[in-house]
Amino acid sequence: MAKERVIATLLKRYWPVGVVIVLALLPFNGLTIPGVFDGPLNSTGVLQILATCLVFGGLASSYDLLFGRTGLLSFGHALYVAGGAYGTAILTEAGLPLWQAAIAAVLLATTVAAALGAVALRVHGIAFSMVTLAFAQVGAVLVARDPGGVTGGEEGLPLVGLPDFFLGVQNTYKLYWVALAYLVFVTAVVGRVVASPTGRVLAGIRDDERRVGVLGLDPYRFKLGAFVLSGFLAAVGGAVYVLLVGGASPHIASSELTLGLLVMVVLGGPATRVGPVIGGVLYTYLDHRLTDVSTGLPGPLRQPLFVLGVVFILAVYFFPGGLAGVGTRPKPATG
Amino acid sequence: MSTIVLLTITGLGLAGLYFLIASGLSLVFGLADVLNFAHGWFLSVGAYATYWAVPHFGFAGGALFGVAAAAAVAALVELVMIRPLYTRTIAQVLVTVGLSLAGVALLQSIWGPDPLAFPRPAWSQSVWHVLGAKVPVTSLMLIAGAVVVLAGLLAFLRWTRYGLIIRAGVENREMVTALGIDVRKAFTLVFAIGGAAAGLAGALSGVYLGSVSPGGGTSLLIFAFIVVVIGGMGSITGSAVAAVVVGVLQQFMNYYGPAGSGEICVIALLALVLLVRPSGLTGRNA
Repeated sequence: MAKERVIATLLKRYWPVGVVIVLALLPFNGLTIPGVFDGPLNSTGVLQILATCLVFGGLASSYDLLFGRTGLLSFGHALYVAGGAYGTAILTEAGLPLWQAAIAAVLLATTVAAALGAVALRVHGIAFSMVTLAFAQVGAVLVARDPGGVTGGEEGLPLVGLPDFFLGVQNTYKLYWVALAYLVFVTAVVGRVVASPTGRVLAGIRDDERRVGVLGLDPYRFKLGAFVLSGFLAAVGGAVYVLLVGGASPHIASSELTLGLLVMVVLGGPATRVGPVIGGVLYTYLDHRLTDVSTGLPGPLRQPLFVLGVVFILAVYFFPGGLAGVGTRPKPATG
Repeated sequence: MSTIVLLTITGLGLAGLYFLIASGLSLVFGLADVLNFAHGWFLSVGAYATYWAVPHFGFAGGALFGVAAAAAVAALVELVMIRPLYTRTIAQVLVTVGLSLAGVALLQSIWGPDPLAFPRPAWSQSVWHVLGAKVPVTSLMLIAGAVVVLAGLLAFLRWTRYGLIIRAGVENREMVTALGIDVRKAFTLVFAIGGAAAGLAGALSGVYLGSVSPGGGTSLLIFAFIVVVIGGMGSITGSAVAAVVVGVLQQFMNYYGPAGSGEICVIALLALVLLVRPSGLTGRNA
């Protein structure tokens, strides 16, 4: 009896470790899942899709630190993803080794997040959302207008100087591991922060910011901290993404990317441990997959974004807790 | 000299376009506290409805049809999607985000993802001579459209019973409800008015840009957001002033500065306004 309870406790606490081990061993598995993937699990194409899913799971988790945990509806997350991605690509092209370029790009993007967050957090609620959107638009404009020919404009910027270690299709599984490591890193950091006293202050700000202020804590500093940390995690994700797909494209600087992250978090379940990850993985998978399977469908159903948008709207009405909240008691409505 | 006149007038034309989008956004936000992400989609609906209707009814009739279609879609969205989420502000924003994604995809599935050439009337290709500058007539058309809408909105808000309710609702929604007035009818009305203005912006932007695309409204929406924040949310005159500042600044910077500097200056202006006056030019509480 006691032994079973210990096992149950261990399972409850350490099941993510098991999931990570299974995911890490996927590249050695030649299993074919018909209908879900086109080839065996360890084929290059499938590993690539899976790795993209994992990166977006991590990005959604970093976005949830703002939206779900702190109650900040930012529309500018793409800016920091693009900062990490374009920064890495530009600096490697300038001659820096990949690792240094990635670290410099992430530091730069984090500094930008600190500066812009300091301004944007001066306003509250919806105005904050609009301001973050406007700032992110600078990034999108810069990327598209291609000042000095550094971003490659609409064409995007291919990543040069990839070390031999990652080069070629036979090394895709290493990129997949990098993506998995990123996801583990983000969920560990977010989980650690949420469980700390700081995390409780963030939840307090989400639920009632004035009360936190009355208790003698400065909400502004905590919000800025969450904003910078979330921007940092997004920038790391951008650097991983550019490594994975071999270049930066204007899409990752666009507001659609942020809206996609928002959809992922809400579909998966905001302010839950696994919700944003599930949402990010599922959304990215469906976005890839719906295009292939829906060619025979009529009219708007052929558009992945139409299907995802409608599902998202329905989720807002009927499953405010997202996928992670299905089956549990509905939480009180937010907002 | 003629360059400055030209840049001023084309800047004012751009300002007119921004104002047509921002006025509806600002009213909806001021009254209902809804940040309407689908507002850009209303513009695209108006643009495509006009595109479809011009061959049938001529340009004026087509534009009218576009305005009516966008107004009807906006009112319907308020009734069916926004109203059940009354007081859940974040959920309302999320629904409009979903609608903007699904709506653009819906337009894509009907008319394809690529921009279509807009059936421009012959007069729109001409230029007028103003103070020695050759000014495209489309800029003047946008200015005229914005001025008419601005005057109409101000008159409506000033002199009609519903205008009074809307103005009072922007000030203090609870008080208006406490006086026994159903503010939700005013919500629907404001959505319809905002939708009509966005539809007009869609029809005119089709003429101005020469093409319609499913995502066209969404890209203009971001500048309309900036105009709304700079002008102070809920204020029509604030939006008008901010639209002029933003449009003219953007036009001048893009001519004299490097590519993209207009957009960056506008956003720098936004940051400056927020640092100095966080509630926008008109000083209302955001």
